[in-house]
Amino acid sequence: MKVKPVNHAKAAEAFIEDTAHMDFHDERLWDLRQKRDQQMHILPEWQELRARASAIKEHTLANLPEYLEQFEANAKKNGIHVHWAADGAEHNRIVGEILEKHGAKSLIKSKSMVTEECCMREYLEPRGVVVTETDLGERIQQLDDQMPSHIVVPAVHKLIPDVAKIFAKHYHTDPNDDDAQSLAWQQRLAARPVILSADAGMTGGNFVVAETGSFVVCTNEGNADLSATVPGLHIATIGIERLVPRMADMGVFIRMLSRSALGSPITQYTTHFRGPQKGSEMHVVLVDNGRSHRLGMEEFWTSLKCIRCGACMNTCPVYRRSGGLSYGAVYSGPIGAIIDPTFNERKYSTLPFASTMNGSCTNVCPVKINIHDQLYKWRRVLAEHHELPFVKREVMYMAGKLMGQPSLYRAAINSTEVALSTMPRFVLYNWLNPWGKHRELPHPVKQTFHSWYKQNRLKTKKKEGEGA
Amino acid sequence: MQRAEEARSLPGVRMKIGLFIPCYIDAFYPNAGIATLELLEKLGQDVEYPMNQTCCGQPMANSGCNKDAAPAEALFVKNFAKYDAIVMPSGSCTHHVRDNFDAIEQTDEVRHVRENTFELVEFLHDVLKVQDFPWAEFPHKVGLHNSCGTLRALRTASMSELGEPFFSKPMDLLNKVKGISFATPKRPDECCGFGGTFSVTEEAVSAKMGTDKVRDHHQAGAEYIVSADTSCMMHQQGCAERAGVPIRFIHIAEILNGARE
Repeated sequence: MKVKPVNHAKAAEAFIEDTAHMDFHDERLWDLRQKRDQQMHILPEWQELRARASAIKEHTLANLPEYLEQFEANAKKNGIHVHWAADGAEHNRIVGEILEKHGAKSLIKSKSMVTEECCMREYLEPRGVVVTETDLGERIQQLDDQMPSHIVVPAVHKLIPDVAKIFAKHYHTDPNDDDAQSLAWQQRLAARPVILSADAGMTGGNFVVAETGSFVVCTNEGNADLSATVPGLHIATIGIERLVPRMADMGVFIRMLSRSALGSPITQYTTHFRGPQKGSEMHVVLVDNGRSHRLGMEEFWTSLKCIRCGACMNTCPVYRRSGGLSYGAVYSGPIGAIIDPTFNERKYSTLPFASTMNGSCTNVCPVKINIHDQLYKWRRVLAEHHELPFVKREVMYMAGKLMGQPSLYRAAINSTEVALSTMPRFVLYNWLNPWGKHRELPHPVKQTFHSWYKQNRLKTKKKEGEGA
Repeated sequence: MQRAEEARSLPGVRMKIGLFIPCYIDAFYPNAGIATLELLEKLGQDVEYPMNQTCCGQPMANSGCNKDAAPAEALFVKNFAKYDAIVMPSGSCTHHVRDNFDAIEQTDEVRHVRENTFELVEFLHDVLKVQDFPWAEFPHKVGLHNSCGTLRALRTASMSELGEPFFSKPMDLLNKVKGISFATPKRPDECCGFGGTFSVTEEAVSAKMGTDKVRDHHQAGAEYIVSADTSCMMHQQGCAERAGVPIRFIHIAEILNGARE
């Protein structure tokens, strides 16, 4: 059976109908965008930093095999076990084997988009491993059995009462608790014992440094540090594109990451993991899962520069008004719309169209990914691969024909006296109804420009010509 | 942009201009088209509107159906190749012709058309370098809407994303109009949600964005929203009327041409 494309428009409509959630979501993320702007204004070298960050990433991606091998060799020297996973299944198997070897039955983890990609929880839990997210937002999402809706603030689409209800269900707390601090405290009470007794800890990795064989984890809650250091076993799951050549490069990326993401100068915790503590083990699983394939795509490979700051989501007017879950994918928002189709072209064929291509994303991106150009290019690729809805394809085919024939085009416009009744038919076709659902139609006019020109310029010119 | 560059160095030169009027202006907002024509004529230009014009090809290309844009693009070149400059009161159509017009073979003729196509504001500001509009007076508070095409593709104004020094070609022109004043919305650079076929395929998001946009301008005290792009305004007007937001819409060409209202 063929996969059904994600219906972003329908999910977004439902999100918008819930005004309280929608307005909060929009304002909250817009606030992050404004804070990001303030930080940008503080740094006069912002554009230079963007250019450097982009150049470092492009250089690294162009030489990825060499840097990956350099990292592996140096990490091993540091006493880190390095594993290679070609896809999600291999990643999950590797993690499962490490846990099994240690007899680990409880795994605490910090937020990692790669484990979401690999569906790791779904793999480990039936095998008797209890996986507990330690990032507050991610934990809320886990308890509510939802994907993260944003890569930095995973539960940003929820309001305090939503969280109170979820906690009441799982932690037996007051369902009407409307105090954020009290709710955070409940989470702390519930999480601490799990953290302290966990058999293994997992983190992601924001950056991997080839020359030092180390990796960097940036968080605001300190939960990654607990996950990494409290149990005697630390597994870090990291996408192969997270590499940078030198430690000095961190001076560029650390300055940009949190400023772009949350508008704060730096994350509360920026931890460099250089090797296991005495008596414990450290593993790094380097995950490909489609990245090598993406690296070979001429028009889309630069999407691998992404440092997962979420700035494109925060600025995206469509994302803010549709919510991350409406994208039906691990990665939502503008960056998701250009990455997701590489995982499944049909399923995510609708996402490059869930955009007005306004270009704001491209211009906030700290590594200068041409996101909106790639959205445009994806549309072409999807049309060529016949992944457009039949109606749209047909309408565009017919419109294209019509636009090439002035007499037919003019006949279509002039077929009735009133332009209004023709315009929707020849331009909007059967999409007329959607336009009118929340909007009025344009007003009819007495005369088209074409006909006015004929009357007021051509006739005059003709007369002038006759006179001369 | 050879010919246009020459013109830039020779202010006051009379150019042979081909006027392109996008379909939605032709059918729904002829006044914006008439104002564009009259304004260019007042500025001493030799303007012609080729009667066989249809569309620039943008709707098909933006939908991914680039091949289907070929007939429109070929016809566009046939209609406009003979002019020194092609001027249109639309940022998004200009963006398509200049940046994405590649469904047809890129001959010298096609390159000439692409390099000499201008959006009205940039043509007035950069090519003709118009210094005043003595006939124009508009004693109203207006909110300027820069379409995403003009803002982030044609770059006729500074964008908040980059933190660059402020500049605005449309505002430079409007500042030469007697009596006009500006209202500043909270999110001046936010897209209004038109987005071509997006306005119908993503109807709910599109309408919500448009409604938010017109409310933002209204709360800032704007009596009018003025823009170089009628497509954005067609959408915004529909949203404003449905939501009962009392605000009016006018194309920048109409104000510069001396509209009073």
